[in-house]
Amino acid sequence: MVKRISLSLVVLALVAGCSSGVKLNDVPVEDKSATSTAGAGAGSGAGAGGSTQSGVTPVDIGASGANAAGPANVARIIYFDFDSYSIKPEFQSLIEAHSRFLKANPNRKVVIEGHTDERGGREYNLALGQRRSEAVRRSMGLLGVTDNQVEAVSFGKEKPAAQGSDEAAMAQNRRAEVSYR
Amino acid sequence: MLVALAGTSALPALAQFRVEVTGVGLTQLPIVIAPFRGEAQSPQKIAAIVQADLERSGQFRPVDAAGAVLDETSRPDMGVWRQKSADALVTGSVNRLADGRFDVRFRLWDVVKAQDLGGQSYVVPQGDLRLAAHRIADFIYEKLTGEKGVFSTRIAYVTRSGGRHTLWVADADGENAQAALASPEPIISPAWSPTGTQLAYVSFESRKPVVYVHDVSSGRRRLVANFRGSNSAPAWAPDGRTLAVTLSRDGGSQLYTIDANGGEPRRLVQSSSIDTEPAFSRDGKSIYFVSDRGGAPQIYRVGVGGGNPERVTFNGSYNISPAPSPDGRWLAYVSRVGGAFKLQVMELASGNVTSLTDTGSDESPSFAPNSRLIVYATQLQGREALMTTTLDGKIKARLAGKGGDIREPDWGPFQAQ
Repeated sequence: MVKRISLSLVVLALVAGCSSGVKLNDVPVEDKSATSTAGAGAGSGAGAGGSTQSGVTPVDIGASGANAAGPANVARIIYFDFDSYSIKPEFQSLIEAHSRFLKANPNRKVVIEGHTDERGGREYNLALGQRRSEAVRRSMGLLGVTDNQVEAVSFGKEKPAAQGSDEAAMAQNRRAEVSYR
Repeated sequence: MLVALAGTSALPALAQFRVEVTGVGLTQLPIVIAPFRGEAQSPQKIAAIVQADLERSGQFRPVDAAGAVLDETSRPDMGVWRQKSADALVTGSVNRLADGRFDVRFRLWDVVKAQDLGGQSYVVPQGDLRLAAHRIADFIYEKLTGEKGVFSTRIAYVTRSGGRHTLWVADADGENAQAALASPEPIISPAWSPTGTQLAYVSFESRKPVVYVHDVSSGRRRLVANFRGSNSAPAWAPDGRTLAVTLSRDGGSQLYTIDANGGEPRRLVQSSSIDTEPAFSRDGKSIYFVSDRGGAPQIYRVGVGGGNPERVTFNGSYNISPAPSPDGRWLAYVSRVGGAFKLQVMELASGNVTSLTDTGSDESPSFAPNSRLIVYATQLQGREALMTTTLDGKIKARLAGKGGDIREPDWGPFQAQ
């Protein structure tokens, strides 16, 4: 004897936040199509079917601030060799000029931003960029700049100065920038 | 729930109806997913979504339905499907209701035994039609493999396009992406909370890296780590109450744990090297991390109370981005091999390592919550892309995604329904 599979006409009002299905063969015969939008939970709604279960509310961030001015006519970028955070001698005078400025202006603050080229993982490169910015901060400290005027951060490989995978571009990206805030 | 059909139960079972789900090299179950009656008029093609989900799992092989017109009330002729070597058949329907919602129904058949394996009915608003299809794929997957399906889970990822960075929340197939955060500055390292309701991430919007915890459905977020210097690499403990993070506040990149609501961080490990990329083990008792204390980055493991870290990776000179599997058996990570960055998976019990890809710019591996798939970022033909792979590397799929460079995927957890 063939057991009839009875499928009934069913309209179900969903419980708020829960859309687990209902087993087909367990469903009683009911037609609530005229009243399904009344008294329903938050998971369903009137009109075009109501709100979904997986909504995301977007957050939009506006433009970031601009830098403040530092000492005039002084370069702000120190470049590094591959896999290195040693400050090369040709950048010593740049660091001395910024250090003089900061000692003369004790209320000014500077952020040293460390960067890497594009090779390697993002978080590990963040840490490598941090080594570069901290090397610059240490040099400034040795020249007498007070510690609370200088913050060392890293952008890792997230803000390249030059696009491209050739050595010239990568050399431009291995850097620390002196950023007056 | 089995409903025997007396008319067909007399036919002998022709093939073993069996799926092998252990070991490398899964047997693929041939399955027919007939187009759902009414889906031609519906905004979403339910059968195609179900089929793509099952195919991406690596454990199913779709068999063409060849124009069959069926629904969940049909009593199909199993002989037809056995002829096509299918082991399972799915039929269903989609109906638009008077209030604008949709009634989606399906039934799963064991073709070999001519048995009804059950079905479900879902009533959903239009915006949840894809979710209904994913739940159907989960039902089928669980019935036929005995394991939980991941098709209703979500992934987070980041795109960069025209100077704008966006953090997206999408379905596990990459579709249905919604923006959680848009910023003129980079966003990296998104990490789903264990409940799947919040994302921790690193944002550079204040022109330095800081860690936010962000409630996805409301958009409410709070700064959890904004200490002097750089704050990054958030990782959730399995109980959702603690995060591990990398902070440079005390000099160098070092590991700390911090309450998920913020507060004073506790130093986890002390070293004069780089320690970063923490990742909790599933039991919450250990933390994997990257350290270059040996001269080059390798992966270590330490107890959550601190103590002596133990080195975990020994192949190669550069191993980063540890991602332990939820079932505790595997560790995915990225290894630099001859200049290329390649996804690896280690079986933790034996230490055996398998290289999973042919690509050379792999990043950011993350396990699906059933531990059977890994999502990662890579480059295909010069463009960034998100891929999933089975753990043997044999079945890979490219995920749909928003335009622009796409990276930093994180696979969300199973969510309470």
